[in-house]
Amino acid sequence: MSGRPAEPLYLQRRSYRMRRVIDACRLLPFLGGLLWLIPLLWPQGGEAAFPTSRAVLYMFGVWAVLIALGALISSWLPRGEEAEDSAASPAAPVRRAEDAP
Amino acid sequence: MSALNLLIAVSAGYVLVLFIVAWGAERAAARGRGGWVRAPIVYTLSLSVYCTAWTFYGAVGYAARSGLEFVTIYLGPTLVMLGWWIVLRKLVRIGRRNNITSIADLVSSRFGKSNTLAVGVTLIAVIGTTPYIALQLQSIALSFGAFSGGFTGAPAEEVDVSQVAAWSALGLALFTIVFGTRRLNVNERHHGVVMAIAVEAVVKLVALLAVGVFVVWGLSGGVTGTLARIDASAIGQWQMQSPRWVGITFLSAAAFLCLPRMFHVLVVENEDESFLRTASWAFPAYLMLMSLFVVPIAVVGLDLMPAGANPDLFVLTLPLSQGREGLAVLAFIGGFSSATSMVIVAAIAVSTMVSNHVVMPIFLRTSGTGALVSGDVRAAVLITRRFSIAGVVGLGYVYYALSTGGAALAQIGLISFSGAVQVLPAMLGGLFWRGANRRGAIAGLSCGFAVWTYALFLPSFGAGVVFSEALIETGPWGVTLLRPQALFGIAGLDPLLHGLFWSLALNVGAFVVVSLATFPQPLERLQGAQFVNVFQQTGGRVDLAGRSAQSEDLMVMAQRILGTDEALALFRGAAQAQGLAGFLPEPDAQFLERLERALAGSVGGATAHAMVSQITGGASVSVEDLMAVADETAQIMEYSSRLEAQSEELTRTARQLRSANQKLTRLSVQKDAFLSQISHELRTPMTSIRSFSDIMRAAPEMSTAERAEFAGIIHAEAERLSRLLDDLLDLSVLENGQVNLNLREGRLADVLAQASAAAALGEDGKRLEVVVAAGDVTLNTDLDRLGQVFINLISNARKYCRVAAPRLDIRAWTEADGRVMIDFVDNGEGIARDLQDVMFEKFSRDSDQKAGGAGLGLAICRQIMARLGGTIEYLPGRAGAAFRIILPQTASVAAA
Repeated sequence: MSGRPAEPLYLQRRSYRMRRVIDACRLLPFLGGLLWLIPLLWPQGGEAAFPTSRAVLYMFGVWAVLIALGALISSWLPRGEEAEDSAASPAAPVRRAEDAP
Repeated sequence: MSALNLLIAVSAGYVLVLFIVAWGAERAAARGRGGWVRAPIVYTLSLSVYCTAWTFYGAVGYAARSGLEFVTIYLGPTLVMLGWWIVLRKLVRIGRRNNITSIADLVSSRFGKSNTLAVGVTLIAVIGTTPYIALQLQSIALSFGAFSGGFTGAPAEEVDVSQVAAWSALGLALFTIVFGTRRLNVNERHHGVVMAIAVEAVVKLVALLAVGVFVVWGLSGGVTGTLARIDASAIGQWQMQSPRWVGITFLSAAAFLCLPRMFHVLVVENEDESFLRTASWAFPAYLMLMSLFVVPIAVVGLDLMPAGANPDLFVLTLPLSQGREGLAVLAFIGGFSSATSMVIVAAIAVSTMVSNHVVMPIFLRTSGTGALVSGDVRAAVLITRRFSIAGVVGLGYVYYALSTGGAALAQIGLISFSGAVQVLPAMLGGLFWRGANRRGAIAGLSCGFAVWTYALFLPSFGAGVVFSEALIETGPWGVTLLRPQALFGIAGLDPLLHGLFWSLALNVGAFVVVSLATFPQPLERLQGAQFVNVFQQTGGRVDLAGRSAQSEDLMVMAQRILGTDEALALFRGAAQAQGLAGFLPEPDAQFLERLERALAGSVGGATAHAMVSQITGGASVSVEDLMAVADETAQIMEYSSRLEAQSEELTRTARQLRSANQKLTRLSVQKDAFLSQISHELRTPMTSIRSFSDIMRAAPEMSTAERAEFAGIIHAEAERLSRLLDDLLDLSVLENGQVNLNLREGRLADVLAQASAAAALGEDGKRLEVVVAAGDVTLNTDLDRLGQVFINLISNARKYCRVAAPRLDIRAWTEADGRVMIDFVDNGEGIARDLQDVMFEKFSRDSDQKAGGAGLGLAICRQIMARLGGTIEYLPGRAGAAFRIILPQTASVAAA
């Protein structure tokens, strides 16, 4: 968000940013799912078995990070009218009038 | 005071507090100043009905048995909340837009307001919820039982746990009825209930955290000690069944969306879409805190409690065994909160479905007159809803009593989840896929529900209860492919995952295949577009001409469902929007839709639709009309473009018609003029013939000279008559095409010379100077007829050219294509504009009658030229009168 004077090519800089924030929000659960699949790779049983205490720390660590990311992204996400514009119709960056038929 | 009496007193006091909180919230909301009631944090906390007593107590037991696997129950909802923009946002938007009252209402509304679907989803909800309510009652009873050992030092008492469960069920039903059916709301929101649930959410979190803190810092010596203790315990090594880890995470995520109570708090009770923004991270945080101390409590419980102790009650028994009665009571209250909040919300959600989709349609049908039943429908709705609540809770109690507690109930949680999840394909399909249709949804739900019942629900009662051991082992009638827990020969799977996989796979398969293969009804397509494209809509809608609906009937019905004040406000608003005074708006499509949505908030989409369409005479027809109108519009647009293309041609034709009309009018005038003219022309010679012959008869003594003179006059007049008649005859012959052409070859110049010799000098001695420039053109045609034309033109020029030295220029040449052009141009004043059109018609002649003639000359000329395969036309804009003759060099025989 530097104040560069360059004219944006396709979208208003702000709209573009909003879209990417929405993308991030959409991707967040997949990131979480991936991170929580990692425990399935840990060694099980026998001497090399993974201690539960570390598993607990890992699980809750990931949880805390996801919550923090979620809070951050949510605060950036477009609100109200803006949300309609940024998310509703990717093809039409122009705001629709409320009284459009 | 005995431990049990204390517990009863604490529970009663706690319930009283909840009553006060709920009542205060209702009052504040009713007065419109309950900002704190409608806060994102309240919404977030209300989502905690997800954490039931099963998770409050059960999670520790789960952890004690299977280690960290319990956490998957919370991972699913966490992921769904974090990705709220994908599904939840759309779900909430649709729910708010259409006044959705339950998940059954959502599915039914999406698929053409089908009541069959609504009943199906309701059935699944009831079957899935009943054991779950039983589970809550059991947990309350068990937690009471845990205190039966009494506090340390107190004498032991016998507790009749089933009595506890009965009283709990009664109290819960009462609370739910009081706060769940206070009003019949347009938006179906219960501020009091939501507030109470939020308070309970805080209580159970605090209780669990308190026990956790006590365990970690009070019993294990801090974090490090706890971690060491975890590793040293029976669950100290990481052990995980990968399919269950993934499968239960998915199951909990799906159930989070589909469980009736979750749908109720997530969508129906949602005040504001933006609350999701806060809940998206705050609710995962809540879940994380709820599960934070589960493993430590389980580990310490396993360590400290006697070997036979029920790990499901560690939360309660651990503090109790350590002499922390206060903490134990707090934990008890936490568990109590979990159980009650679940039962209350589930009862509201399921009873709404039952009353809207099962009882009300039957009530409306049996009451005969349909929507216009006498009496207050609101009262009927509220009563059915109260009875439904009592019924749902009662059913839960009956289930509990029959199952006599024990292991059968404990595993019902996840099975109940799997049942609720059967709605997921139809719901998500309906939200994101416009091609999804009602038949597909019904097929998918039926398949999923059937497989779930067969492979999960019925076997869950244990071998020998519903299914015999033999049936589970070898399949029905010995068909091993149909063994309930090893369908299609795939054995060895975890029974839960096995059932979940097959039920969902067949569910999705049937849903997709049937949707692809069948065609939806118009209303389904309309709803599908509205749901899937909910973010693209700005509220605009195709307007449909008013039906035969009676606004007054609608008003009567609306009053009975919405209440008088709300109905009046709604109708007045609509009337004002239409620019009408008073309370009765025109029943146009927009108003009907608005009314239907308002009614849907009270009685569900399908019922509202049925009621309105009963009065309006079938709104489903109106949707078809709407489609027809759309088709017509497309056709009209096509027409209009075609018409536009044609309009120019039409204008041209109109112009031609106008000029033809003018010509006809002139012809008619001319004919009238001619009739008097011809009678005059015939009469004049006849008169002189008659008078001279009379004179000759009456005077026999007449001299010879006189006789000769008179006879000459009679002869001349007779000749004039016969010439006139000849011309008429000639013309008639030519027009009838009976003329025989005498084709021969000759030079044009010769014909012209003869013609000018014959016609240039008039009887009156007037002489026309004829200048011929014909070149050397040879013709093969009827030269006599052609000469007749030339004579006519030349004598016309002589007669009408009124200048001192009349002169006619004749010029002839041959075109490249073999046609011969001959121009006759005189130096007179030309022919008047209005005569140019008609001068080739019969009996047309210059108004100046000095020249004489019957006006047949040019008509004859035109006929002759047509016979010769050529034309004669007037050339306007020359110095004088100018005619052009065009004829082929060789007249074809066909032309003859």
